[in-house]
Amino acid sequence: MASRFGNSNSIWRQPLAVVGIIIISFWVFAAIFAPLISPYDPLSQDSDKFLMPGSLHWMGTDELNRDIFSRVIYGARISLPYSILLVVLSAFLGSIIGGISGYFGGRVDAIVMRLTDMFFAFPAIVLAMAVAAALGPEIRNAVIAITIVSWPVYARLVRGLILNAKQNDYVTASSLLGSSSLRTLVVDLRPNLAGPVFVLASLEVGNALLLLSGLSFLGLGAQPPAAEWGSMVSMGAVNFDRWWVGLFPGLAILSAVLAFNFIGDALRDALDPRTAKALRD
Amino acid sequence: MTLLSVRNLTVTLMTGSGPADAVRNLSFDIERGQILGIAGESGSGKTMTALSIMGLLPYKGKASGSINFDGEELVGFKPKDFRRVRGKDVAMIFQDPMTSLHPMLTIETQLTEHLRHHRKVSKGEARVRALELLDTVKIPDPETALKAHPSQFSGGMRQRIAIAMALACQPKLLIADEPTTALDVTVQAGILKLLDELRKSQNLSVIVITHDLGVLSALTDRLMIMYAGAEVESGPTSQVLTRPRHPYTQGLIDALPDSGANGKRLIAIEGMPPELGKFPTGCAFHTRCSFARSECKSGTPNKVDIDGIRRIFCTVDPFDTPAGVNR
Amino acid sequence: MKPVPAKVSVFRKILRGTGLFPFIVKRVLTSILLIFGMTFIAFSITQLVPGDPVAANLGQSAYSDPEIVAAFEKEFGLDQPVPVQYLRYIQKLSQGNLGISLSSKRPVNEDLKEYFPATLEIALIAVVIAMILGLLLGTISAITRDRLPDQIIRVVSLTGVSMPTFWTALVFFYVFFFLLGWSPGTGRLDPGSEPPPQVTGMFTIDALINGDFATFKQAFSYLLLPAIVLAIYALGVLTRFTRASVLEILGNDYVRTARAKGLPELTVIRRHVLRPALLAIITVAGVAFASLMAGSVLVENVFSWPGLGQYAYRAAVGLDLPGIMGVSMVVATVYITMNLIVDILYRVIDPQLRKAEQ
Repeated sequence: MASRFGNSNSIWRQPLAVVGIIIISFWVFAAIFAPLISPYDPLSQDSDKFLMPGSLHWMGTDELNRDIFSRVIYGARISLPYSILLVVLSAFLGSIIGGISGYFGGRVDAIVMRLTDMFFAFPAIVLAMAVAAALGPEIRNAVIAITIVSWPVYARLVRGLILNAKQNDYVTASSLLGSSSLRTLVVDLRPNLAGPVFVLASLEVGNALLLLSGLSFLGLGAQPPAAEWGSMVSMGAVNFDRWWVGLFPGLAILSAVLAFNFIGDALRDALDPRTAKALRD
Repeated sequence: MTLLSVRNLTVTLMTGSGPADAVRNLSFDIERGQILGIAGESGSGKTMTALSIMGLLPYKGKASGSINFDGEELVGFKPKDFRRVRGKDVAMIFQDPMTSLHPMLTIETQLTEHLRHHRKVSKGEARVRALELLDTVKIPDPETALKAHPSQFSGGMRQRIAIAMALACQPKLLIADEPTTALDVTVQAGILKLLDELRKSQNLSVIVITHDLGVLSALTDRLMIMYAGAEVESGPTSQVLTRPRHPYTQGLIDALPDSGANGKRLIAIEGMPPELGKFPTGCAFHTRCSFARSECKSGTPNKVDIDGIRRIFCTVDPFDTPAGVNR
Repeated sequence: MKPVPAKVSVFRKILRGTGLFPFIVKRVLTSILLIFGMTFIAFSITQLVPGDPVAANLGQSAYSDPEIVAAFEKEFGLDQPVPVQYLRYIQKLSQGNLGISLSSKRPVNEDLKEYFPATLEIALIAVVIAMILGLLLGTISAITRDRLPDQIIRVVSLTGVSMPTFWTALVFFYVFFFLLGWSPGTGRLDPGSEPPPQVTGMFTIDALINGDFATFKQAFSYLLLPAIVLAIYALGVLTRFTRASVLEILGNDYVRTARAKGLPELTVIRRHVLRPALLAIITVAGVAFASLMAGSVLVENVFSWPGLGQYAYRAAVGLDLPGIMGVSMVVATVYITMNLIVDILYRVIDPQLRKAEQ
């Protein structure tokens, strides 16, 4: 990877990407060291209700007398790992499906493509809500639900890349030299697939986080008393006159998504134009 | 009368690994009604030379030195100054007529928009002129052609339309960047003949940029060979091509397949032209030159004047005999 | 030949076929197939996933009474074997009957007629805002590449796609309703106000049709804030996409030719760049419109806007297959219609495509 990033579009030359990395590092740090750096236990209800932000509670307290600052810190423990898990699952599932479709072509390809068309036409949020509701509102089920609606975009990408690669002369040359099809797939195609899929995944992490916290906001994801940013914002909506209850968790989400997007954008720009084009299409 | 006078032109481009000079200290002149050929392999800097005259260098590209066109100094021109000159006094046609014409606009629009902008003529007058132009470049059925779109024409016709477009405002200088490279051989001759006629009828000066020596010999009066952004040889075309003095020129000519030499091996210049930013030191050609000596690796090659009308840049000058070529 | 006014001649061109009629027919057929495929997927998923619609829609005590459960099942045909349920659903669907919603107990058609226009109202405004501003900002961004306007626009649009919609809705609500009092609050009309007689279901338009300016102003003031919040994400996406498209177009040879002719930059943009850019953007606009659906679930929740998003939420939580399918039908139809309009516009804007098909 080092050589690929060695030009002037290199990720290190993009200031926004650096900002993104700093922010994510901060949240990773917060997630790992939450017990050490949060002033209060996120579940403890020792204080007073609805205190405004002040010197004792930097972000105030919520409807159950809990310190919001601590809960925001702990929120990173849910939002970050689950979003990344989500993206990994979707990318994996989508790549396999897209890979099969692109590689075998013909009837298989046609069927899979119609399938992804249908998934695209389907309002994803509706399906995700339904699945999450059916499985039982829980953060893990929310992840499953969102994975089910998220894989098509990876499938499309991988299928497109494989179709392009199949036309490439070096693949023909390789099979002329007698490589088995599996070997072709693994040796010749994989290096070309890993890059774009990785960049797409990094662009999608932000979306995954938004979807996950969105479902939690609706009550279909993380359940109380868990300190999760989306569900904290929904309490903020109920008590909208206490502005601090919803503001800070939402800012946390915004900062994390923004950071992921900065990084994803920079990664995409750092790639050679060919792959960047494949991602845009 | 000298129309264009370029002195010490250096074009610096921004590449992935920093700034690099695509053109280095180039100097040449063109007279009125003269056709100058600029030849060289890809990466020799010929297109950048043309673009710097037009002020169309790529993003973050800069030109330094002097480009004197019809009394005006183009280096240092702001974009709005270039816009005054482009299309009106100096025009350019590009290599690929498939992509250089706008796919969605009619031929009439593309032929007349700059005419109406530069010379403020009315729509009707512009249309008359457009028909004239199509006639000059010999497009059949001009009336219908005006309403058509570029996709309805063949490559050769499109290039003719591009030429017509370039001539709309009667420029003094036409720059043609690889005008025939994307066209069939059979069509090429027609384009070249057209350019020649235009030179005669309108006292048009033309710069033809190409790597095709055949095109050069058919059309150009004078010739400049470039390598790695610098001139290596220039002079009257017939002399340069029949009695080359620079080893690179000799190599190019030797590389032409000789239809009379059946069974003989093709001769090619060893090595590849250098990439932008990675030009060899000294005389850039020394890495591929069979006459290279140690003094060629540093400093600039000597300028050698021949008979006052030709010159080469070579410290070794291996072909310095009355007959010119020493094989 | 008598000169024909431009509008009429374009229309004539479209109607004259130019290959458009068979194209539309083919499209409609594939769309119908698509919809059937979707019913199958939705049906399978609701069956495969554990979760009992009966439990979801009956209260605790009602659920423990087997008689009530049996009656519920019978009423909604849930006691039949699964394939039979599916066939009956398809049969009713082909007659235009979307069934009875498990959660609202009303015909889905009625539910949709009530809730869809509300979402359409804010979605239309959102899409118009997003497209016009997106085109404008994206083009400015591309033209002033890497200079200050571009940097600002890039950060702003990136922020736009990074903001959690539900939180943005909350913040806007707090600032513009609670703090500033500029927005009238939740819902579509003042409490106690009568909605105008239904023509389209969109209060603003119906009020105008009825000549009722007061209601129009009222309805408009209520929908402004949710529409703006809804537009933010799509605006971000469209701006970024426009920027990328215009940058690519600016690198095309024909733009270089236009500049080589000495045309003023504004003319180059207007005549040579915008049309191809428009083409590219229209493609994305269709997708952006579909994404408004996702946004509306959250926006409608915060603003208590009785639209499709709220309905979808209730249907999803209630595992209400007819309800879920009803929403999906509507959204899919909108999506397909959008694609169709996009393809038609393509052929109108790009004469090359038209001639290629002739």
